[in-house]
Amino acid sequence: MSFPWAKNYEPQQPLMKWLDEKLPLPRLVYNAVGAGYPVPRNLNYFWNFGVLAGAALAIQIITGIVLAMHYAANAGVAFDSVEHIMRDVNAGWFIRYAHMNGASMFFIVVYLHIFRGLYYGSYKAPREMVWLLGVVIFLLMMATAFMGYVLPWGQMSFWGAQVITGFFSAIPVVGEPIRVWLLGGFAPDNAALNRFFSLHYLLPFVIAGVVVLHIWALHIPGSSNPTGIEVKDEQDTVPFHPYYTAKDGFGLGVFLILFVALTFFSPNLLGHADNYIPANPLSTPAHIVPEWYFWPFYAILRAFTFNFLWIDAKLWGVIAMFASIALLFFLPWLDSSPVKSSKYRPLYRIFFWVLVADVFLLGLCGKMPAEQPWVILSQIGAAYYFAHFLIILPIVSRIERPLPMPNSITEAVLAKHAGTSSASATA
Amino acid sequence: MASETSLNAGIDDGVRRRDFINIAAVSFAGIGAATVVLPLVNQMNPSADVLALSSTEIDISAIQSGQAIKTSWRKQPVFVRNLTPAEIAEADKVPLGDLRDPQTLAERTKEGKENWLITLGVCTHLGCVPLGAAEGEPRGDFGGYFCPCHGSHYDTAARIRKGPAPTNLVVPPYEFTGDTVVTIG
Amino acid sequence: MVRPLGFLVGLGFIVALLCAIFTTPLTNEPQAAHAFHKHPRHIALSSDGLFPHWDKAKLQRGMQVYKEVCSACHSLNYVAFRDIAELGYTEGQVKSFAKSFQVPSINPDTGEPATRDGLPSDRFPAPYANEVAARAANNNALPPDLSLITKAREGGKDYLYSLLIGFENPPKNLPKELQPGTGLHYNPYFPNLNLAMAPPLADGQVTFADGSPNDVKAMASDVTAFLVWTAEPKLVKRVWTGWAVLLYLLIFTGLTYMAYRNIWANKEH
Repeated sequence: MSFPWAKNYEPQQPLMKWLDEKLPLPRLVYNAVGAGYPVPRNLNYFWNFGVLAGAALAIQIITGIVLAMHYAANAGVAFDSVEHIMRDVNAGWFIRYAHMNGASMFFIVVYLHIFRGLYYGSYKAPREMVWLLGVVIFLLMMATAFMGYVLPWGQMSFWGAQVITGFFSAIPVVGEPIRVWLLGGFAPDNAALNRFFSLHYLLPFVIAGVVVLHIWALHIPGSSNPTGIEVKDEQDTVPFHPYYTAKDGFGLGVFLILFVALTFFSPNLLGHADNYIPANPLSTPAHIVPEWYFWPFYAILRAFTFNFLWIDAKLWGVIAMFASIALLFFLPWLDSSPVKSSKYRPLYRIFFWVLVADVFLLGLCGKMPAEQPWVILSQIGAAYYFAHFLIILPIVSRIERPLPMPNSITEAVLAKHAGTSSASATA
Repeated sequence: MASETSLNAGIDDGVRRRDFINIAAVSFAGIGAATVVLPLVNQMNPSADVLALSSTEIDISAIQSGQAIKTSWRKQPVFVRNLTPAEIAEADKVPLGDLRDPQTLAERTKEGKENWLITLGVCTHLGCVPLGAAEGEPRGDFGGYFCPCHGSHYDTAARIRKGPAPTNLVVPPYEFTGDTVVTIG
Repeated sequence: MVRPLGFLVGLGFIVALLCAIFTTPLTNEPQAAHAFHKHPRHIALSSDGLFPHWDKAKLQRGMQVYKEVCSACHSLNYVAFRDIAELGYTEGQVKSFAKSFQVPSINPDTGEPATRDGLPSDRFPAPYANEVAARAANNNALPPDLSLITKAREGGKDYLYSLLIGFENPPKNLPKELQPGTGLHYNPYFPNLNLAMAPPLADGQVTFADGSPNDVKAMASDVTAFLVWTAEPKLVKRVWTGWAVLLYLLIFTGLTYMAYRNIWANKEH
């Protein structure tokens, strides 16, 4: 930790002293999320989503372990075992619906967390590693979510597995052998279902491990903040506990209210009716759509309809879809502006909101059938997506003239309070 | 949880009220967490379909005197034995004082059907299936059942006589729903 | 290095997309079926909304419709006889209802396939032994299992209800390729307009013990309510549990908000 004023853990009771000598676990917690971690005092509610993502991961792991006690990963009985959970297992319907909607809640908070990072430049030095590990977590989440969606072995599960593994067949020469290797067969069946279950169980723990690294990497420079100005002295910070534990506690309450409303009042809102039909390898549903959190990427995949150069459209789509996530790995170096927060970046701020609108547009295009006007909208949306990160952002970061910035976090806080009090006086 | 750090400023009643709210919030969270644990624990109890299988009908018309069959109830083995008059006499002859788990044969069968000895085939020691129900299996020193795992001997009324098992083989709840039909459970 | 390379990669994607934009026709293939397709009609049930309850008498009538009409072709694989105790039947009624069905079993003497009286722990027996038998008996169409039907179709209960009451004669201007072929029946609520199932209900087909109306609409409504229950027997319990949890969370969130404001009271931020 690079904060000389950070409080030190001082165990009082003999037992805690003994433990601290043998295994300083309480000290680790104290320095990670306790009073030993100084955090900028000016974080807004967008800084809640890291803790919420952690909570969502914990909920998924707990409910998932419970579901695995009743689920049977066999193509013959997987669908039946899910219905067994829904009908006969004590509180099974609750646990399954919580897991199902927990995945959606996890993605909601992670997307907000990512866009927070984009708006406030959290990916920039000295926090590049935090960002890179975050992208790794995001990729692992997507793999886990996809494999989890296959497990109920309904129609969407089956055809989702078919389509996603079909991406690999776009690769010339080795593509088809890779697809067959992934599935352990020529179409999704028992072998695929079993390995997806195995990996779906494993990957969340890998995610948890990368989350530890993500937090570790964060604690070296400390948390960023809405001004983007680094912490200068003690008055810029407050200890994580109790200040941010209290704020995160409140955030958790709001998060759980939304989660519970979804789980108990409309658990199938974000799902697809077709997944309540058992998998049928002989009949494809009329309209295959992935889960909502994949819609923007699905739109990018489908936007490429032209065999450009020597690469055919299908391969373009697959490359572009992976590139749309992979480019996030290069973001810290694509954006060369030394100013982090969009608060002081008038031009970037505009493009940021265009990107947000663009991702929503892509999401909508991914949901809709491949018909006009959605096809052309997805093509325009995908073009902007790549232009934003690979062309506009590097240029903007060169030509933009940032707004004047305060000297310190404390100065910004005091100025805001002076500002709001005068604003409310005039209002 | 600790809120002292920030609340040293005031020394009036406000401090106590504020502490109260913090403590209330944390305790309330604890209550919630404890409540959520209930369904997560309860899910491991038998599910509705398992509970629904709690009764089994057995046709005993084909069991000759001196024979026994093995069947199952709630996925546990059940022995149904048609005792011979000699076996009944032998069971009745044992003084109750000699028994580790004193019970008469009459207490372990239904009135008027004393020749039908229905017990779980689960040794009361550590749960092995005793031998003696099938033709040719050893029936132990007392002519009933013999558990090969740790050497428990049961007599003709399936009462424990020798070896480590603490109690007699369990008689499950059952009734005769017909002359030759027994419903267990 | 990253920026120039990124610029080139970005340009590549954009040019590929521009080519795609200019080569994709802007008009959709006309789909004649769209013009004749109807949106499902809404059916209001007591299990709807945020304050649901089961209308047990209606569910019992619906089950009677299923048993006397639908069960000739459609299975109900995920529902056990013991489950219908929730519809307000006593233990004895459940037993005798189960007994009125023959379920597959094995002859204990010969090992040959046989049947026996149903027990409460059994599930509703399927009308056909397997998919091949079902198709063979139904002009190569497969009658779907109904346990989850209201969750497994876009539009759910509304779709099911509309489909049951929606059979009609094909409109005069229906293009030839959309005309129902042999063994098919015109139904504007069905995705491709032509359904292998013949109109299953006719006025007065089922007689209800409670003297409730038994026209097609009433029976369709009853059986829809029943199939909403079979698809999610825990629906009512789920929503009311949700209210209890929500009430708890509102208090929890209120308390944590107050705690948050307290702790930050002396800190400008």
